[in-house]
Amino acid sequence: MRSNSKNSVGFWTRIAPHRGNLRLWQVLVLLLALALWHVFTSPTLLPPIYFDDNNKAAFFFGEPVKVASQLWEWFWGGEIYRHLWITLVETLLAFLIGTVSGVIAGMWLALSPMAAAICDPYIKALNAMPRVILAPIFFVWFGLGMASKVALGVTLVFFIVFFNVYQGVKEVSPVVLANARMLGASPRQLLRHVYLPSAMSWVFASLHNSVGLAFVGAVVGEYLGSAAGVGYVIHQAEGVFDINAVFAGILLLTAFALALDGLVSIAEKRLMVWQPRSAETERIF
Amino acid sequence: MSNALVLENITCAFASQDDPSRPYVAVQDTTLRVGAGEFVSVVGPTGCGKTTLLNVAAGLLQPSSGSVRVFDELIDGVNRRAGYLFQSEALMPWRDALGNVIAGLEFRGVPIDEARQRGNDWLRRVGLAGFGSRYLHQLSGGQRKRVSLAQTLIMDPKIILMDEPFSALDVQTRQLMENELLDLWQADRKSVLFITHDLEEAIALSDRVIVLSAGPATHPIGEYQIDMERPRDVSEIRMTPRFSELHSKIWQSMKHEVLKGYAQQQQK
Repeated sequence: MRSNSKNSVGFWTRIAPHRGNLRLWQVLVLLLALALWHVFTSPTLLPPIYFDDNNKAAFFFGEPVKVASQLWEWFWGGEIYRHLWITLVETLLAFLIGTVSGVIAGMWLALSPMAAAICDPYIKALNAMPRVILAPIFFVWFGLGMASKVALGVTLVFFIVFFNVYQGVKEVSPVVLANARMLGASPRQLLRHVYLPSAMSWVFASLHNSVGLAFVGAVVGEYLGSAAGVGYVIHQAEGVFDINAVFAGILLLTAFALALDGLVSIAEKRLMVWQPRSAETERIF
Repeated sequence: MSNALVLENITCAFASQDDPSRPYVAVQDTTLRVGAGEFVSVVGPTGCGKTTLLNVAAGLLQPSSGSVRVFDELIDGVNRRAGYLFQSEALMPWRDALGNVIAGLEFRGVPIDEARQRGNDWLRRVGLAGFGSRYLHQLSGGQRKRVSLAQTLIMDPKIILMDEPFSALDVQTRQLMENELLDLWQADRKSVLFITHDLEEAIALSDRVIVLSAGPATHPIGEYQIDMERPRDVSEIRMTPRFSELHSKIWQSMKHEVLKGYAQQQQK
């Protein structure tokens, strides 16, 4: 009896959450959530707890099995790739255009204090404005195609990059600047070799944010009015009360966003080799 | 001996934050001369405007009045014949060690292959062979100073301006760096204007030591020839009787100013 209880203690300490089995526990949480979702929405498993009808829970919350089969159908049937591609292109374009224009505007205003002083209230106003509301205007200007979604994404990305570049240029160490001047750097070389790298380090620091917002701009734009893209797919499904497809679309977007974020992390590691990571040690061979 | 660098009647006044009508005079009517190939140190209490003076010599700061001559030419803008070793971190953190060393050559338009070759050569001379691809956070304080030194010397400046370059280093590293600096200086005699608040360092390194008064309105109050033979070893020279003699003599004239400077710091 005693040895038995001892054994069970040993068993628990082995499976208790610790660094080694973190992944396992993370998967368990996911499985538990899926199981609960399934149990509570299935019309046949439980009698209705809240709704007066067996099918209502499934109507409002979808069913994980059907969501999965919807996803399978999309990928197997191949119709989703076109939409994913469109959303990806919109996101990347919004990110690129927003970043480049943000860098240029940020550098310019940071280096000419007078222009910055003049523009200051308007920049604050533009940044404070809820920019998603610009979507209808962009539809009028650029039509329902990709351009309006890119424009929406650009308005979101621009300000993040702009403020970071502005800060980055302002915070260039005066000593580093003086040193570069003593080494013979011309004003253009200062821009290229001191201001820009310093600003870029701030841009990279906000990379996760800006890519994320480019994505938000693309999807929200698609949702509000378009003929293609994942946002459009979700909107269509919602229109016919196909809640399973809506959930499938949401899951798809989440996975997509995670993938983008992963790519950003890789890019960040590559580009920011010069920044110290906490407690970095040399490996001894 | 011809003059490499002459500061003539330099006065630097800054707009005071407390009272805009009364500017703060950091340096007043200071004349200073560095001969070709001469190693001159300027010592003075903290906060006395030493760095201001050096920035004027570098052409980074326009004096309120007075002129700067480099090899008998008035300078306009940055002093192109001078290299500047800053007190604080001046390297570009986004460049690796080699990238920092060759930055000046790049600015000058030297082909990248040649620049790299010369850069690696200089890294070897300052004892950092093989460290070229390290970033700053992977280097120690002393190693970063060596990179700075290589970065400045690779440009082959005729005049080197140094602003307490070793003040952030520990005593041992500091003496090593001082010896290396003397070796490098001995190899091709450049003119050096060395700023420090450390009198021992000044005597050990220099041909001539200039003592500044406490601020505000700093000006030179004494000048001492250091007639000790070269080449020197900075840690050994400190044991010699002549060193103590010079030290006590200069210290006598400095002590009063240091106390004055200290009292001012206390008031702030």
